[in-house]
Amino acid sequence: MSLAWELLKRETALAWGRGGGPLVSAGFYLGVATLLPLAAGPEPARLAAVAPGVAWVTLALATLLGLDRLFERDYEDGALDLLTLSPLPLEFVCALKCLGQWLATGLPLALAAPITEIALGGSPALAPLVLISAMIGGLAFAFAGGIGAALSLGARRGGLLTAVIVLPLFTPPVIFGGGALDAFASGLPWGAGFVLLCAYATAAIALGPLAMAAACRNALS
Amino acid sequence: MISAPAFLSNPERFMAFSRWAAPLFGATAVLLAVTGLWLGFTAPEDYQQGDTVRIMFIHVPAAWLSMFAYICLGIASFLSLVFRHALADAAAKSAAPLGAGFTALALVTGSLWGRPMWGTWWVWDARLTSVLVLFLFYLAYMALRSALDDEAKAARACAILALVGLVNLPVVHWSVNWWNSLHQGVTVFAKGGPKMAPVFLVPLLLMVLAYMAAFGALWLVRIRGEVWRRRADAALSRLART
Repeated sequence: MSLAWELLKRETALAWGRGGGPLVSAGFYLGVATLLPLAAGPEPARLAAVAPGVAWVTLALATLLGLDRLFERDYEDGALDLLTLSPLPLEFVCALKCLGQWLATGLPLALAAPITEIALGGSPALAPLVLISAMIGGLAFAFAGGIGAALSLGARRGGLLTAVIVLPLFTPPVIFGGGALDAFASGLPWGAGFVLLCAYATAAIALGPLAMAAACRNALS
Repeated sequence: MISAPAFLSNPERFMAFSRWAAPLFGATAVLLAVTGLWLGFTAPEDYQQGDTVRIMFIHVPAAWLSMFAYICLGIASFLSLVFRHALADAAAKSAAPLGAGFTALALVTGSLWGRPMWGTWWVWDARLTSVLVLFLFYLAYMALRSALDDEAKAARACAILALVGLVNLPVVHWSVNWWNSLHQGVTVFAKGGPKMAPVFLVPLLLMVLAYMAAFGALWLVRIRGEVWRRRADAALSRLART
């Protein structure tokens, strides 16, 4: 168990520290959120209507930034070979990598999400739900995104390829998360969307590592 | 069902079988399509949709085939991943562009029908969106395939992606259904029999069979091409070594 703990610390530190840490992701997040009023017009009514949606789409895009380094870094310097030899199953290693990625970038982004939503004129009453759903959605994005990152190991233009693979996988959490926020904003029951989002995140955590480990073994073979 | 892939898993037997099966499927497709289109274009106009109802004969089979091709891709990928069978991988690789083609056809014809009927080219409706996501899956599969140089690695990576998609596509389909739907519900496989007049149903089913036969023919031809390409590559590398 201490081995797993050490690995999680290593993964979190790497995701936090080396290029593409929380500052870069948060900067990208704020940049996209700033471009939106400039592109769509600053009328408060229009911005407020799309604020929760923008918070979600931007979250999905910002998650992509860290993904291309998730496995690529360890693949290039040979650490991934060593990790396959560790007593921990590779599936578990992959899950820890995604968890570290989420701790280093997903959580800070989730903190930025309600700020963005309010800055764009969304209701402050919505902020707690934005925060919690962005945290859970970030987990789903990290584990579903890890599949794309592992599959494009060793490919030409891997980062772009990861985005192409991963964005279709992001559609259900975006629908559920955006749906829950939309329902909450218009005073409808929002529980269904939120619970489905949790279900998707759970399924991604359960099944994603299997695909990631298979893809890593294939890339290293 | 189990024995068909087993029988065809031998490349020699497959090549011998596909040699006459591909043209046979092709000829069947042409015959069925000609009959189906003739019946379809001589059918009376729909009382609501007028002449545009005829788009259905092109659109509905394409939409069905777009899913059918993905199922074929998924089964072939599973066989390729589990048994590491080269022919199964060739089948998966060959099915993807065909599936993407059928999906694009379904999207374009649906859009052409939507303009006069719904008054818009595109709406963010559940069915349309899930078919669009299916199209994105095909694109991702082909992008991954073309980005990896090592063929054995590309085969396994693509097979994993296809299986992930196989798990994910029902979720996508269901989630967008939960989200919004404007498209008409199930008509042909509805409870208590098809809710469609035989004068439209017969050409529709003929067109579905024609599309299936065309898919079979094109698939076999593409697999054959892939097998020949690999044999040529192997021969070239043998030549280079001597």
